[in-house]
Amino acid sequence: MSKVAKSRLREARIGLLFLSPWLIGLAVFTAYPIIASLYFSFTHYSGLSSPRWAGLDNYVQLFKDPLFWKSIYNTLYLAIIGIPLAQVLSILVALLLNTKVKFLGIFRTLYFLPSIVPAVATALLWKWFLNPQFGPVNLLLEKIGLPTPGWLTDPAWSKPALILTSVWGVGGAMVIYLAGLQNIPTELYEAAELDGAGKIARLFTITLPMLSPVILFNVVMGIINSFQSFTSVFIMTGGGPENSTLVYALSIYRNGFQFYKMGYASAMAWVLLIMTSIAIVFVFKFFGKYGYFGGVDKQ
Amino acid sequence: MKKRSLGKTWIYLLLIAGAVFFMIPFFWMFSTSLKSYDDVFAFPPVWWPSEVLWSNYADLLVELPFLRYTLNTVIVTGMTLLGFMLSSSVVAFGFSYFRIPGKKVLFRILLVTLMIPPQVTMIPQFVLFNKLGWVGTFLPLIVPTFFGGAFSIFLLKQFFDTVPREFSDAAKLDGANEWKIFLKVYLPLSKPALATSALFIFIWTWTDFLNPLIYLNDDRMYTLSIGLQQLSTSRTTAWPQLMGGSVLMTLPIIVLFFLAQKTFIQGIQVGGIKS
Repeated sequence: MSKVAKSRLREARIGLLFLSPWLIGLAVFTAYPIIASLYFSFTHYSGLSSPRWAGLDNYVQLFKDPLFWKSIYNTLYLAIIGIPLAQVLSILVALLLNTKVKFLGIFRTLYFLPSIVPAVATALLWKWFLNPQFGPVNLLLEKIGLPTPGWLTDPAWSKPALILTSVWGVGGAMVIYLAGLQNIPTELYEAAELDGAGKIARLFTITLPMLSPVILFNVVMGIINSFQSFTSVFIMTGGGPENSTLVYALSIYRNGFQFYKMGYASAMAWVLLIMTSIAIVFVFKFFGKYGYFGGVDKQ
Repeated sequence: MKKRSLGKTWIYLLLIAGAVFFMIPFFWMFSTSLKSYDDVFAFPPVWWPSEVLWSNYADLLVELPFLRYTLNTVIVTGMTLLGFMLSSSVVAFGFSYFRIPGKKVLFRILLVTLMIPPQVTMIPQFVLFNKLGWVGTFLPLIVPTFFGGAFSIFLLKQFFDTVPREFSDAAKLDGANEWKIFLKVYLPLSKPALATSALFIFIWTWTDFLNPLIYLNDDRMYTLSIGLQQLSTSRTTAWPQLMGGSVLMTLPIIVLFFLAQKTFIQGIQVGGIKS
């Protein structure tokens, strides 16, 4: 073996040694569980006795289960309304904060702070804040003569209430959009102004296209988080009233850890994995077609 | 000129309206934590307690095992920080410094693991830890962190990539091996990235709910998030204590934010822009 080849081999060996904690963790805590979960999904398994092979039974039961469809409906409802709403609001705030306003730092801080409040605290706070009788929201609504809904206690209003709660945390996305806006070269705006483009035209021909990689990132993160959302619902409604907030992740938790149907819950988890992948591929395709990625390094 | 200042007025009005929307819940959380039960269940609701009860906070610490929950959370968060920082920096150095066949593929796999829903791995992990007899202890929350966290590895690797090769070549001439180069050249140069990574690990662990919910089943082992949630189901009307607990749980994060504002904002933006 040549000297160069020998030193290359040595380098690779030492490198792998440095990677080894992660490689072991990948095998034990990620790869094995994924495969085991797929296997469990074809079994009846309580977690106590050993799994019994059941073929496709879990999946067949799943597609016949009205609660499965209900949880998909609820999850998609929250995602399809919640994610675009969050993007529009956080882009809007970022645009406002990207103008030459005073107290910029203070405003940015005030908008950002709610996004770092622990999920448990946020959930408890909003449960109390939206209390139809003793909370301030309905007090204000009543004063200005608007209807006072039952919020989390009313199946028709529980999902909007959850969306309202999540809107309170858009500060994180706003900060990312703000950085995206500050990365847009000012020459583009100057050139457009010379060409006589108005404010609205500049927004749609420069700002939004230049922002599209950031929008893509935030939408993908939004989908991932929204499909997995658990804590707020678990604490605020427990899935009720009348299963109107039974979201997918809560349903998995219940089947696995409350009803001890771990095979069934694993089948649900695999459906979630497939749904998430399809949604992300769809979003990437959509942005690939309409987004602008010219100036962005792919890595 | 006049038109422009009118636009400015609108911008300020919108910004102030937004700030009010974001701040009122905070205010409500704090004011409730100081209320008596009479004020909490007053109709119509009152914004500020008729009598300010700081003793609600004393109740939390004396009557409820809040100190215990805080101590548990500090232990879990501290060990998680130790585990993730040690392992992730070593692995990130491995990804950044060495030529390893198949490294690119491995790094892709690392990024993909960031997108896998925890629900997929949750059940087999539980079965595994149950067989080891670890359920009900902190071990399932702590041990996996010593095998690296994908986000921290990604963040640190991106930073290590910017360290000039001349620095490590110079150290090599002085007889330093790879481990020395990692400790003496890369780590000291990467303080901002290490701080960002530590900050995010702290927040995730401090606020984590799902993992403690699955693995902790004894009141004496609860972390703050589980303790608060349990309190909310056992004493459904204890809103002053629940809001006081929420304030106390949120406070360290807010203090950290004001101490390390730049690290915070940059961390979120780097995570958002560069990936």
